[in-house]
Amino acid sequence: MRRRSRARAGWLLSAPALLVLLVGAVGPLLVVLLYSFLTRGDYGGVRLPFSLEGWFRVFLRRDIFDGTVSLNTDHLSIFWRSIWLSLTTTLVTFVLGLPTAWFIATRPERSRPLWLFLITIPFWTNLLIRTFAILEVIRNEGLINTVLMRLGLISAPIQILFTDWATLIGMTYVYLPFMVLPLYAAIDRFDRRLLEAGYDLYADRWRVLRRVILPLIRPGIVAGCILVFIPALGAYVTPRVLGGGTNMMIGNFIELQFGQGRNWPLGSALAVTLLIAVMGALLLYLRATTPKGGHDG
Amino acid sequence: MAETPPPPPVRRRTFSATTLPGFAAVAVTVFVALYLPIATLVVFSFNAANSMSDWGGFSLRWYEAAWANRAVQEAAGRSLLIATIASLASTVLATLAALGTTRQGPFRGRMAIWGAINTPLMVPEIVTGVALLILFGTVRAWTGYQGLGYLVLAHTAFCIPFAYLPIRARLERMDRLLELAAADLYASPRRAFLRITLPLLMPGVLAGAMLAFVISLDDVIITEFVKSAGQDTLPTYMLGQFRRTLTPEVNAIATALLGLTLVLLTAFFLITRRRG
Amino acid sequence: MRSLRLAAATLALVAGQAAAQDRQLQLYNWGDYTSPELIAKFEAETGIRVTITDYDSNDTALAKVSAGGHGFDLVVPSANYVPIWIEHGLIQELDHSRLPNIVNIAPEWVDVAWDPGRRYTVPWQWGTTGIAVNTSAYDGDINTSDIVFDPPEELRGKINVVPEMADVISMAIMNVGGEPCTEDLEVLRQVRDMLLAAKPHWLSMDYDSEAKLSANDIMAALTWNGPTMRARLNNPPVAYGYPVEGYPIWMDSVALLSDARNVDEAYEFLNFIMEPENAALISNYARYANGITGSEEFMDPEMRDAPEIVIPEEHRAHGVFLPTCPPSATDLYAQIWTELQS
Repeated sequence: MRRRSRARAGWLLSAPALLVLLVGAVGPLLVVLLYSFLTRGDYGGVRLPFSLEGWFRVFLRRDIFDGTVSLNTDHLSIFWRSIWLSLTTTLVTFVLGLPTAWFIATRPERSRPLWLFLITIPFWTNLLIRTFAILEVIRNEGLINTVLMRLGLISAPIQILFTDWATLIGMTYVYLPFMVLPLYAAIDRFDRRLLEAGYDLYADRWRVLRRVILPLIRPGIVAGCILVFIPALGAYVTPRVLGGGTNMMIGNFIELQFGQGRNWPLGSALAVTLLIAVMGALLLYLRATTPKGGHDG
Repeated sequence: MAETPPPPPVRRRTFSATTLPGFAAVAVTVFVALYLPIATLVVFSFNAANSMSDWGGFSLRWYEAAWANRAVQEAAGRSLLIATIASLASTVLATLAALGTTRQGPFRGRMAIWGAINTPLMVPEIVTGVALLILFGTVRAWTGYQGLGYLVLAHTAFCIPFAYLPIRARLERMDRLLELAAADLYASPRRAFLRITLPLLMPGVLAGAMLAFVISLDDVIITEFVKSAGQDTLPTYMLGQFRRTLTPEVNAIATALLGLTLVLLTAFFLITRRRG
Repeated sequence: MRSLRLAAATLALVAGQAAAQDRQLQLYNWGDYTSPELIAKFEAETGIRVTITDYDSNDTALAKVSAGGHGFDLVVPSANYVPIWIEHGLIQELDHSRLPNIVNIAPEWVDVAWDPGRRYTVPWQWGTTGIAVNTSAYDGDINTSDIVFDPPEELRGKINVVPEMADVISMAIMNVGGEPCTEDLEVLRQVRDMLLAAKPHWLSMDYDSEAKLSANDIMAALTWNGPTMRARLNNPPVAYGYPVEGYPIWMDSVALLSDARNVDEAYEFLNFIMEPENAALISNYARYANGITGSEEFMDPEMRDAPEIVIPEEHRAHGVFLPTCPPSATDLYAQIWTELQS
């Protein structure tokens, strides 16, 4: 009896958001799902009849020269690069973001909004400008290399730009607030007395961090990791500008299919594949990180 | 560090429970690293040379160029307008949804709602962009309406998960005792919400709203596909320049926007401080 | 729901503003490609308010206009896309009696393959895709695409290639002796092997060659003539090579959309830009030639005889207009292109 009224309240409160999402996200997804089963149009777009060619090409390749069918290793390497770059980005933003969020949350209550704004202000300049600003810093004749050379630490500039490192640096920069803000929201609510209890029990800061703090701010960590990892997987601008465009990530690859490649069914099938993979990973992640008897969904 | 309760007697005098080794150092490094590119950007907006990397002396020429550039000003205004509406709308919707999915306890379909809310995160922008282009193209042809509504709707949709996740992270660990206490004291649910729940929720709401604002302001690809005639935003305007070389004019625009932000923020802090 | 009401109010406001404008024109063009001076002059002379909206690729523009309800009047597709626009009925045939200045089109740009007799389009700008080299780093022959496809020792690891599939693949096909749009698998196998072998020597695949050449981030590039000229003005050792194996010539032309709503204004604009003085404004801004007779005398002196803009006599014969490739060929190219970037 209680359960039913709870469900009704839950659905009612979520309804406005769901309505907007239905048009702005779920609807497009259905369109894409449909497209992945159609035949590619001659100059972009799709047409009838239904076809599995798009899906076939996601995983397999028919060699254009000898017609043999094999596993599509190009696509695998693109997927693999995207996954490890996004995982590393998530890890680095967490390692940098946790101390930052902690630092902000332990400032006097008054100045906390100020610190929060300080984190977001760089992001009020838009992504493209920011990315080009990072480019200026890591260029061969940019700030980092110039300073290092002046200091005599290196004799020739280090080639950072146009490598996977540049993509990693750029993505860490771009996605950092997505880690810091949720972590902050979780830490800020935190009962400090628990810390003292923790010190009384363990008396070691690292153990307190591991046994008390991390479990308590788990929802923030989950939110932060989701907000960094998933958008990083679909990143488009950073690998294109900082990575130099020679090594595509999934986002660039899907864009290619909707652009110059003119293969919308393949692009759609790739997008759906990505979605399924992300959802699967997310479910596993949530299951693994949810304490037994917990109620997170 | 200053506001921590008095240390237990056994420990060193300087001990503070909230201090963790190296955390402050990392945080300071992060702030420096965040502002390094921004500082370069600001410096080169005053470059006399037509370059974002070679310094040619001090000049305001790029500010003059930006001042004379009607297209860029309109694009910047449009970006801010869309970001403001979309972040407000998505934060309200996300707060309601977060209350609906956490305060009620488990119920049938909660997982489905959660999945739907996070959909925009999982679909690459280009895909949403192309699909929305097709959907909205049909609607445009039917209704004849070509205003900013499509962009606002699209932005609101993809901002929702960004607002939702921090708010929910906050709600999940929130003490319900206060609300129950309020209910015991005969506060109406509405009053209990406004006076107890919402203020406690505020840091999450603020974090969510800021993320949503930034996300909307940043969006290139969905906007590029959804916009119709005369609806360039700052990011799509710059995307158009991708094939050519960016000049310090974009630095000047970015710096001017940053300056405006800082003025508004300072004003905001001064006003709230005086009131408090 | 206050936010929804707010949104609705804002929408109404924006819609109202648009309706209040009298005569207007909606131009859909490549980003940073339209001279503000040209627009200001046109607005002053005609009282028509021009709104420019940007795109960054032919495919985006095509997809957007195909979807309908876009609100644009004029669009500027590249030559190899024009036949697609015509075939899909997206652009309309021009009434030449309303375009007295059409006689100003230079003779070689009238009977073009993609639009014989200029029934659908008028010239905007044209250029070439070639090889830019910083001659202080390499003093050999630069009129060959081997610079990029089989780079000399000095240039390895310092090359940028424009990520434009049609340009790169066509140049590679011509390098191994094939015809653009070929579907000959033997030729394509050579193309793929050559590209895969060359790629480790490329630093990046990015549009912006100009800044990189200017700042010595790269020493060679497969790029367009316009950026190369601008880079040379910043960095004098930069030179532009016209590969003897063949290089693409391209032209972007203005077309009137079939569902344009401001047709009269569009005709006025089309006629306006074929006035030599005005065509020169376009060129002076974006730094490409325009195809209008007599515009040279109004162009900036540094452009008038720039070796990047005016193709030297001995290199003319090697230029090739890229045709519209059949979908089957594009599909093959896209697969090679993917392999190249994975």
